[in-house]
Amino acid sequence: MINVNEVIETNEMIEKENLDVRTITLGISLLDCITSDLDKLCDNIYNKIYETAKDLVKTGDQISREYGIPIVNKRISITPIALVGGAACKNPGDFVRIAGTLDKVAKEVGVNFIGGYSALVSKGMTEADRLLIESIPEALASTDVVCSSINVGSTKTGINMDAVRLMGTIVKKTAEATKEKDSLGCAKLVIFCNAPDDNPFMAGAFHGVTEADKIINVGVSGPGVVKTALEKVRGENFEVLCETIKKTAFKVTRVGQLVAQEASKRLGVPFGIIDLSLAPTPAIGDSVADILHEIGVEHAGAPGTTAALALLNDQVKKGGVMASSYVGGLSGAFIPVSEDQGMINAVEAGALTLEKLEAMTCVCSVGLDMIAVPGDTKDTTIAGIIADEMAIGMINQKTTAVRLIPVIGKGVGETVEFGGLLGYAPIMPVNRFSCDNFVNRGGRIPAPVHSFKN
Amino acid sequence: MKKTIITVVGKDTVGIIAKVCTYLAESGINILDISQTIVSGFFNMMMIVDMSATGKEFNQVADDLESLGKEIGVVIKCQKEEIFDSMHRI
Repeated sequence: MINVNEVIETNEMIEKENLDVRTITLGISLLDCITSDLDKLCDNIYNKIYETAKDLVKTGDQISREYGIPIVNKRISITPIALVGGAACKNPGDFVRIAGTLDKVAKEVGVNFIGGYSALVSKGMTEADRLLIESIPEALASTDVVCSSINVGSTKTGINMDAVRLMGTIVKKTAEATKEKDSLGCAKLVIFCNAPDDNPFMAGAFHGVTEADKIINVGVSGPGVVKTALEKVRGENFEVLCETIKKTAFKVTRVGQLVAQEASKRLGVPFGIIDLSLAPTPAIGDSVADILHEIGVEHAGAPGTTAALALLNDQVKKGGVMASSYVGGLSGAFIPVSEDQGMINAVEAGALTLEKLEAMTCVCSVGLDMIAVPGDTKDTTIAGIIADEMAIGMINQKTTAVRLIPVIGKGVGETVEFGGLLGYAPIMPVNRFSCDNFVNRGGRIPAPVHSFKN
Repeated sequence: MKKTIITVVGKDTVGIIAKVCTYLAESGINILDISQTIVSGFFNMMMIVDMSATGKEFNQVADDLESLGKEIGVVIKCQKEEIFDSMHRI
């Protein structure tokens, strides 16, 4: 039987170390909503999402209550809208109408975010893909909870450089369209390479076409728990360090597995995957940078950081895979800047640069995330940064992503405040040399040789 | 059996266990195990109870115990056993 010390340990993780289930994300296929009549399409989308998700928030809150574990977000992911709206949308404005419908129904059912205003263009773009991408600035400016993601490359297909160049421009336009709110629109826009179909985390969640009609995916988190566990093994060798991370990741993931199974049972929706990511929040102590510090680097960004992050990411996965029957999504450590107080401190101390962050993304689960850059950064420079990050994903057969925020009207040395889980960020300098001739070539980068496994 | 873990954390005073047990008895909730310990000067008590015979909903019991805790000056939490089982047992 459970003993008092185990109960105390669990409750201390929850109360003092910010252990939480970050999100229950309900994936919903919208493929059966497709019609060529835009009004009818919007009605179909509204009805399907409303009917499927109407009990999601209530159920999540009840599970949270019964187990005493916070479930921070309830979210919805949907089939990439470029596929759903292709038949009905004749111009970007038509897609914006769908975005409005998504925003409305998401607010109606009470979820925090809805993700899937997306297009998958890793090899080429259809007319619908292009219209959706062009509609992104207005769609994100006119909605509150809609998130957008574009997959522009994969190990199997290479990188669609036309899409990369276009996204450089779209990121800037989105920043312009939301400049009254410090270019907040860009915080809801991710550019991916090797995007997973079952990622429950925003802004990159969408419900892939390989998925069932409905699915429950759960994202667990707990940087604070890992940090606290590591405080107890200061000065010990790497074996002890890795064992500690692994055991902690196991415990954290088991909570996610329990919540996922309960949510699946109560909503009558099959369980998909657990995403066992260390996702930081701006709360003190809920930081991946603090874990790196605890492992032994003075600040995130100091020499040794990439190695420390690599072992952290790997041990998190090793602990997690045994704890859950299905692990998927991104699963690893997230290193957003604005959402992590330790990362912000590292930038402010001058320890962490964009280039070091890029190196770190080679060994962790995502990419250049929530990084504020000067508002006058050129479109082509943003496209160049995206291309670099996509190349890392393509060659290393992993997911990489870019969520950059060029803050219109602000420059290096200033800070930008997003609020809530998104936090605040110091604006980081960007390499000032041009990549225009590279980005403007057009076409695509071929798939790497190691993708030919057939 | 629907096992629930009740934890009481706070400053030790006279009658904490008595008050909690009285409420449980009146609600038809059977106590299976009680243990307690002092952690950094704080009184920590854990009860494993069986709620299958009570007519009350989980939420109501949790609310009642929470307000009882406030009266005594301690924090009382009610959690289903599975969260501890999944975390600490393979």
